[in-house]
Amino acid sequence: MAINTPTNDRAGREAAEQGRMTALPHLDVDPFSIEFFDDPYPTHALLRETGPLVYLDKWSVYGVARYAEVHAVLNDPVTFCSSRGVGLSDFAKEKPWRPQSIILEADPPAHTRTRAVLSQVLSPTAMKQVRERFAAAAEAKVDELLARKSFDAIADLAEAYPMSVFPDAMGLKQQGRENLLPYAGLVFNAFGPPNKLRQDAIERSAPHQAYVAEQCQRANLAPGGFGACIHARADAGDISEAEAPLLVRSLLSAGIDTTVNGLGAAIYCLARFPDQLARLRQDPSLARNAFEEAIRFESPVQTFFRTTTREVEIGGHLIGEGEKVLMFLGAANRDPRRWDNPDDYDVTRRASGHVGFGSGIHMCVGQLVARLEGETFLAALARKVARIEISSTPKRRYNNTLRGLDSLPVTITPA
Amino acid sequence: MSAITFIHPNEQQERVDARDGESAMLAATRHGLDGIVAECGGNAMCATCHVYVDEAWLARLPPMGDEEDALLDGAAAERLANSRLSCQIKLAPDLDGLVLHLPDRQI
Repeated sequence: MAINTPTNDRAGREAAEQGRMTALPHLDVDPFSIEFFDDPYPTHALLRETGPLVYLDKWSVYGVARYAEVHAVLNDPVTFCSSRGVGLSDFAKEKPWRPQSIILEADPPAHTRTRAVLSQVLSPTAMKQVRERFAAAAEAKVDELLARKSFDAIADLAEAYPMSVFPDAMGLKQQGRENLLPYAGLVFNAFGPPNKLRQDAIERSAPHQAYVAEQCQRANLAPGGFGACIHARADAGDISEAEAPLLVRSLLSAGIDTTVNGLGAAIYCLARFPDQLARLRQDPSLARNAFEEAIRFESPVQTFFRTTTREVEIGGHLIGEGEKVLMFLGAANRDPRRWDNPDDYDVTRRASGHVGFGSGIHMCVGQLVARLEGETFLAALARKVARIEISSTPKRRYNNTLRGLDSLPVTITPA
Repeated sequence: MSAITFIHPNEQQERVDARDGESAMLAATRHGLDGIVAECGGNAMCATCHVYVDEAWLARLPPMGDEEDALLDGAAAERLANSRLSCQIKLAPDLDGLVLHLPDRQI
């Protein structure tokens, strides 16, 4: 274990004192710059190889990029809290840009209660209710794309398929759904530092925020949907009437752009690694794992922050109380200390344990929805599509937290 | 260190060693055992590390929590009276020799 409590643990204190002698490595990289987003992998390797803990002068934060330390920080929510924000902004010093999330940006015991509600609304049992609908929509979407042959695999596939199932599963009205992706893009940009991406997103946010606030209200959520199920938990007394719309907001914030980038990652992988598409076609039951491996490989959610609640030691270095620690999920998911051939996309890899959905008490509460979307779509694709060819240069979409493409022009061939 | 025997639906047996405090799921995945998927990596969210505990051992396991109980209702294979999630079974010397039967599917 890489994390010790220096005050309670003699060995840890000695290691920490030795650590004081070894200077903490400082790096001048900016992991929120366009240059970084264009090719993060050399910087990820530098972050990992520099040490178990580094200091990033550009934003005055600590960073962890090795799997062991990322996993350890994620699984110690008492020391590394979320209630002071999971972005760079420290809520103890700055007012959050929107009312604080009561699940993502909360610690136990408050978090335990709200988390239980969303876990149950999005449980394995709940997924059984929507599976057939998701699978039918995936079949229909693949047929439609086969008829078109050439299309943009981001707008016409990675966005179109989740947009055809998730808003309905939530119980949202038809009108205004075009706000969902811009709102999510805003939320994930806002976790980053006060750079141009974040400032531009917040400046343009008013209409999207107004839309989302309105759709979180009970009257706007169709019966039977995930949104209505959350409000029903207020009737049961598990949450208050005021908390229900905020939990609906969590699903609208994190339930759509994440799966868009996850599915986009999977298609981009299968297009770049035709042998893996061939393997998937031989055995379409690999669809779910092919999606999981794409989440490890591309890590659509690249980073999250935590804030220390006490002095703590990581890898022989002391961190004081109230410091921000940046976790590089994408770098951990390709750490050669944890993964064999980490830069290979392998649909048969045992991907369990990757931190693309996080880990511990804050691990993505919608992970089963994401997997269901990924599995149903890739299973339909595996049966119906023989080849995916990239027809012109893909364009990257820049976001402080999300990794994905803006466009991926492809031509597909029927099986 | 304690040993766990996993029995596949075709009766084939596979023995793995578990470290003290390690979950049966983690011991299984660490040894590359087929039949335990563990999508969520042991965070009690996915119900894809479902096992049927051998009758001889059932009473010796600590009781399950509410979370595990609710998740088992969503498991892919039929839930039986001896169903558990292997990520919630922590190994200790008194469980040396534990026998777990694998369901026919996890997804």
